[in-house]
Amino acid sequence: MNAPLSSSGHVALLERAADFPILSRPIKGKRLAYLDNGATTQKPSAVIDAERDYYEQSNANIHRGVHWLSQHSTDLYEQGRESVRRLLNAANANEIVFTRGTTEGINLVAFSWGRANIKAGDEILITGLEHHSNIVPWQLLCEQTGAVLKVVPVTDSGELDMSAFQALLGSKTRLVGVAHVSNALGTVNPVQEITRLAHAAGALVLIDGAQAVAHQKVDVQAIDCDFYAFSGHKLYGPTGIGALYVRREILQDMPPWQGGGDMIYTVSFERTTYADAPQRFEAGTPNIAGVVGLDAAIRYVESVGLDLIAAHEQSLLDYATAAAQALPGLRIIGTAPHKAGILSFVMDGIHPHDLGTILDTEGVAIRAGHHCAMPLMTRFGIPGTARASLALYNTREDVDALISALLKAQKLFGIPHDK
Amino acid sequence: MTSNSDLRELYQEVIFDHNRNPRNFHAMDDASHVADGHNPLCGDQLTVYARVEDGIVQDVSFIGHGCAISTASASLMTEEVKGMKLEEVEALFKDMHAMLTEAHPETRDFGKLEVLSGVREFPARVKCATLAWHTLHNAINKARETARTE
Repeated sequence: MNAPLSSSGHVALLERAADFPILSRPIKGKRLAYLDNGATTQKPSAVIDAERDYYEQSNANIHRGVHWLSQHSTDLYEQGRESVRRLLNAANANEIVFTRGTTEGINLVAFSWGRANIKAGDEILITGLEHHSNIVPWQLLCEQTGAVLKVVPVTDSGELDMSAFQALLGSKTRLVGVAHVSNALGTVNPVQEITRLAHAAGALVLIDGAQAVAHQKVDVQAIDCDFYAFSGHKLYGPTGIGALYVRREILQDMPPWQGGGDMIYTVSFERTTYADAPQRFEAGTPNIAGVVGLDAAIRYVESVGLDLIAAHEQSLLDYATAAAQALPGLRIIGTAPHKAGILSFVMDGIHPHDLGTILDTEGVAIRAGHHCAMPLMTRFGIPGTARASLALYNTREDVDALISALLKAQKLFGIPHDK
Repeated sequence: MTSNSDLRELYQEVIFDHNRNPRNFHAMDDASHVADGHNPLCGDQLTVYARVEDGIVQDVSFIGHGCAISTASASLMTEEVKGMKLEEVEALFKDMHAMLTEAHPETRDFGKLEVLSGVREFPARVKCATLAWHTLHNAINKARETARTE
């Protein structure tokens, strides 16, 4: 396919906004420039249709009925698991557990694997750029077990201090928890190198992939990590569905964390035996329609091509970064050489929250605040940032709308600029 | 629907003035009442100090950081309540809360504080304007916990 010419006159790698119905909806009379994809992405018709079709044509409970619809629904659910396996390049679909999202995936590891394997004096090593969802479950685990939480510091450019990481990694380290991509800064962390070093020290590795899976190809076998969690809704899929990859040998030995139907083998009042993984970790009727929607989302990004998506977003990030740097008084927070799709910044004299409101009146949707990464904001000595985060449907027109809205904010606040 | 004129209503010159040069913006060593306020949603954080003698707010000040709306609201508040009786402060707190959150609040002459009424058109920003008032209310009532807008 030839690359289409965008309205701004340059050759765009991707023009897919038409696949997403909500993007044609004006906001406050203005064209919507949706740049809050780090919070959640919009959904293509393929996903919306798949969920509706499921309820219209296939709905039944899974893994229990002898009737045709139940078997059909079960097939769709398990087909979704196979799609997640493909997305992450896991060796086996049985290594995939469906969750509500990244947060639940990390909590599952902390409470199932963690309680069975962590004892007083052990160390959990996380990093200074983690989302609260990769901090708080470990704090809870440490409180319950007497284990110690250690934190890898972040450099001024927003990268992990790898020599500090190596120094903190020791014989007591049981688990390293790290974001694949920082949600607040966009830094792409060297997860393969981190995993190699952690394994050499005898520690397992959990990767928070929430901000990665929609923006680049992920290969859990190449990374060699032990746990990888992500959310469907940041991957153009529905909210309330996500998945956790766990290496087969580890998953097999993990105890259940929630009890109920679907996760048992036999139940008596004297003794209950549990189902094999992954069903052991999916108690109760799961979010079947969510899995169907997630499956459609995975097929959608596969059809667009993750390599093309990554190249498109990188070119857009470069364009946005250059335009933002040209604005006087704007400071980008997170300047790592290897970033993905996120432009976080502060502006002299204008609080991020005020920026968010002013941009909103121009139809530009961004996130303002601490991005659920309060320790990282403290590290940079700021209460929060304004964050524009990209998706495959964004174009230079969206970035141009952002920049002109920022100029408007400066004008409103009486901040002089030479433009 | 919000528009450019709503934005101008929200960001009036008085707001910018108080944001750039907040009044009574300092800690107070001899305060009789102190409370912290925090809006976990946006990270706004402030501390309000008051020196109350004979039921009258003799002095009031604040420190902290926040957006233009929360800073200006705190600054305007300190100017307004200085010299007021505690009952008057409490009555004003109630009326301010109604003015900022209700579509058709009972009117009173809010004087300079009227500039804050523009937030009504921006539901996501109402809590920015109410934070300082909640915090002062807590300080006066000696609430020990950090004031929250949530």
